[in-house]
Amino acid sequence: MQKPFIRTFLNKKGLAYLLAAAFLVISMLLGISIGTVSIPVPAIVEIIGAEIFRFQGQGIDPMHTSIVMDIRLPRVLLAGFVGASLAIAGAAFQGMLRNPLADPYTLGISSGASIGAVITLFFGISLPFVGSFTLPVLSILFAFATVLFVLFFARQVDRLLRVETIILTGIILSSFLGAFISLMIALSGEELRQIIGWLLGSVSMRGWEYIKIILPFFIIGLVTLLANTRELNAMSFGEERAQHLGVNVEKRKLLILLSGSLLTGSAVAVSGTIGFVGLVIPHLVRTIWGPDHRHLLPLSVLLGSGFLILADLVSRTVIAPAELPIGVITALIGAPVFAVILMRNRKERSAG
Amino acid sequence: MIQVNDLTGGYSGGEVLKRISFEVAKGELFGILGPNGSGKTTLLKMISGALHINSGSIMVDNRLLSNYSPKELARLMAVLPQHAEQAFPYTVKETVSLGRYAHQKGWFNSWRNEDEQIVEKVMEQTGITHLQEKSIVELSGGEKQRVFLAQALAQQPKILLLDEPTNHLDLSFQKELLDLLKKWTAEEQLTVVSIFHDLNLASLYCDRLLLMENGEILIVDNPVEVLKEERIKKVYKTEVKNHPHPEIAKPQLLLVPESGSGENHAVKIDVKLLDIGNDRIVLKSPIPLRTMSSGITGAGIGWHSSFVHRIVAAEYDCSDHKAEMAEYLLGNGFLPSETVGMMTAVPAETAAYRLFEDGEFSIFVIVSAGNTHRDRPRNINTWLFINGRISEEAFIQSAMTAAEAKISVLQELDGVSPGATPDSTGISTDSICIAATQQGELISYAGTATPLGKLISEGIYNCTKEAILKYRATQSSFKSR
Repeated sequence: MQKPFIRTFLNKKGLAYLLAAAFLVISMLLGISIGTVSIPVPAIVEIIGAEIFRFQGQGIDPMHTSIVMDIRLPRVLLAGFVGASLAIAGAAFQGMLRNPLADPYTLGISSGASIGAVITLFFGISLPFVGSFTLPVLSILFAFATVLFVLFFARQVDRLLRVETIILTGIILSSFLGAFISLMIALSGEELRQIIGWLLGSVSMRGWEYIKIILPFFIIGLVTLLANTRELNAMSFGEERAQHLGVNVEKRKLLILLSGSLLTGSAVAVSGTIGFVGLVIPHLVRTIWGPDHRHLLPLSVLLGSGFLILADLVSRTVIAPAELPIGVITALIGAPVFAVILMRNRKERSAG
Repeated sequence: MIQVNDLTGGYSGGEVLKRISFEVAKGELFGILGPNGSGKTTLLKMISGALHINSGSIMVDNRLLSNYSPKELARLMAVLPQHAEQAFPYTVKETVSLGRYAHQKGWFNSWRNEDEQIVEKVMEQTGITHLQEKSIVELSGGEKQRVFLAQALAQQPKILLLDEPTNHLDLSFQKELLDLLKKWTAEEQLTVVSIFHDLNLASLYCDRLLLMENGEILIVDNPVEVLKEERIKKVYKTEVKNHPHPEIAKPQLLLVPESGSGENHAVKIDVKLLDIGNDRIVLKSPIPLRTMSSGITGAGIGWHSSFVHRIVAAEYDCSDHKAEMAEYLLGNGFLPSETVGMMTAVPAETAAYRLFEDGEFSIFVIVSAGNTHRDRPRNINTWLFINGRISEEAFIQSAMTAAEAKISVLQELDGVSPGATPDSTGISTDSICIAATQQGELISYAGTATPLGKLISEGIYNCTKEAILKYRATQSSFKSR
């Protein structure tokens, strides 16, 4: 009994993790290696190894070390964390809202974060103590406030806090906040380029500081969501069904919503609004490896981070030395991929 | 196992249930009935903990429902939903495995060998093992229902709540499912509470039934008590007829379609429909008649439109006369399922028939009388057609009345006492067929003192006497020749 079980596990899920991890590592290496100065892969390994184990490597070009450690590695890591955050949050929201078209932005989280950022840029606010981190801090706060408002409002409308109510509230609030952003854009003068640039998303020139901002939120959100994968499986059969199966739906729903918002909010705060990652990556994983959230979430993390690292690589190399906004790249790749997945799924369904 | 006490509540903004109290014992199969909107599903949802209670209480296993954590409750009680959403294409096995959720411990809920075995077992029991790798969105309605049943069973509950479990299931699986539930209640002391739309299924399988109307309990009792014709008519506001199950002592309710009986063109059974041939007497009715007969074909209670009195040779002998008769009928263009068939050795021309009328109703009687001699088995076949709607008791009373009339003829002619007939089997015995058109006003009684009874007495007496005399005349003319 036990042996074939392990074998199929290795065959299917083990292979899935192996492939996804390989994809992430290759993306990272490519992301660090390619640029105006190209750095060979062995050198990257050596430099990072030297940095971690604190030994003085032989024949390591100090300029390479500086490029890798100060510019490319933090950039790649940031892109990876953002991609992972958006993808896992997307996967969790889709499962919980039982809607494969939901994504982290459905609930108005990104609009909330954007408002925070745009206000910072527009008014040139600088909060005491946080200084240059005013923008990410404010946008996380706004993102969180938005989610709390959505939940509060939805609960006022419908005491049972049904999924449909949450989605509708999120959409309404998104449009409302979007109008405010447009208003500020219309009124802005020289901040215009800055605002637009932020809204389109970028992971460039952020450095290690931003990684320090996103990392704690990423870890909290990731662990919480990974501890709720079976609950997500149950909830995707409907909340009542989940309750009958023994899930404490109210508590779990709140937990998933909050950690998903935490992930999305912090990702938007450090990189701006980057669309389609949270929608396409979970979809892709589900199409290839099935909807079981126990595997869907970790696999989405691996693929999502790899995907955003590659998208960032493309954004800075296509018209080098200039850079494209990363949100443009994800949309340009993500939308057609999504269309193909959708078409294939429809075909399969009508054929079956 | 479950005690519901003075329960009131419903969805926000309205009270669906009003002061509901009842108990369900351990190992009981308990059915909840009621028309649409009577609050059945609401009640079930409250017992399952999915809806909040406004006032009153629900005790499950001697503990307040609200004192259970969701996991504890899921280990005790499983629910089979009427509809389950499936947003994503999980495989059957993944779906069933979710049923083990409440039994798994630890943060990351490790999957144990025991869980695997239970999942295998419940898939076996529900007959879905062969589907386990299939995606649930590809399954038919009935297969899905079985998958969710397996999921519920994987919870290893002591109580199973079902909302119309036979929905989407074909006949054989309906029976299989309910047989299985019945077995589990008996063998494993599983308590089952189920909503039924099909009153007859509920009657067959449930130990007790709860009938609801407008959020209130009308009655909680055994099926025989609950499924009284008048009560169901009133609650469901529809025409039903109660009829006991032919094999087991449970009531069955039959729907009566609005324009079923063809009221608009009245049928009168009389001599115009009779066809007397050499080897048979046939009466064909334009509509099926409600019959009660002791013939060879179509015996018992039923609906028949052809009536065949077959004349066979006196030495006719066949080991399986029923099959032979059916063959004969088919060979002569009669469907055995629509025909009441009798056999006699008496010549057709000696049969006596006549229409008797009494105002609103009339009867048409045909009697064929053979041996009436006291030493030999008697052979008098009687057909009694009643142009009217008569009750079941009237059918029985008609048979009694007819028998009395026949006996009085025999006593008058021969002085035969009713008990003096020798033992006989097979065809050499008296048969009767009573057939009614079931049109017009209902006639409830047909005892000897009632108008219908009097008409029957008169008709049977006259025809029987005439038939016997005719038969004797042919016998004596045959002898004298």
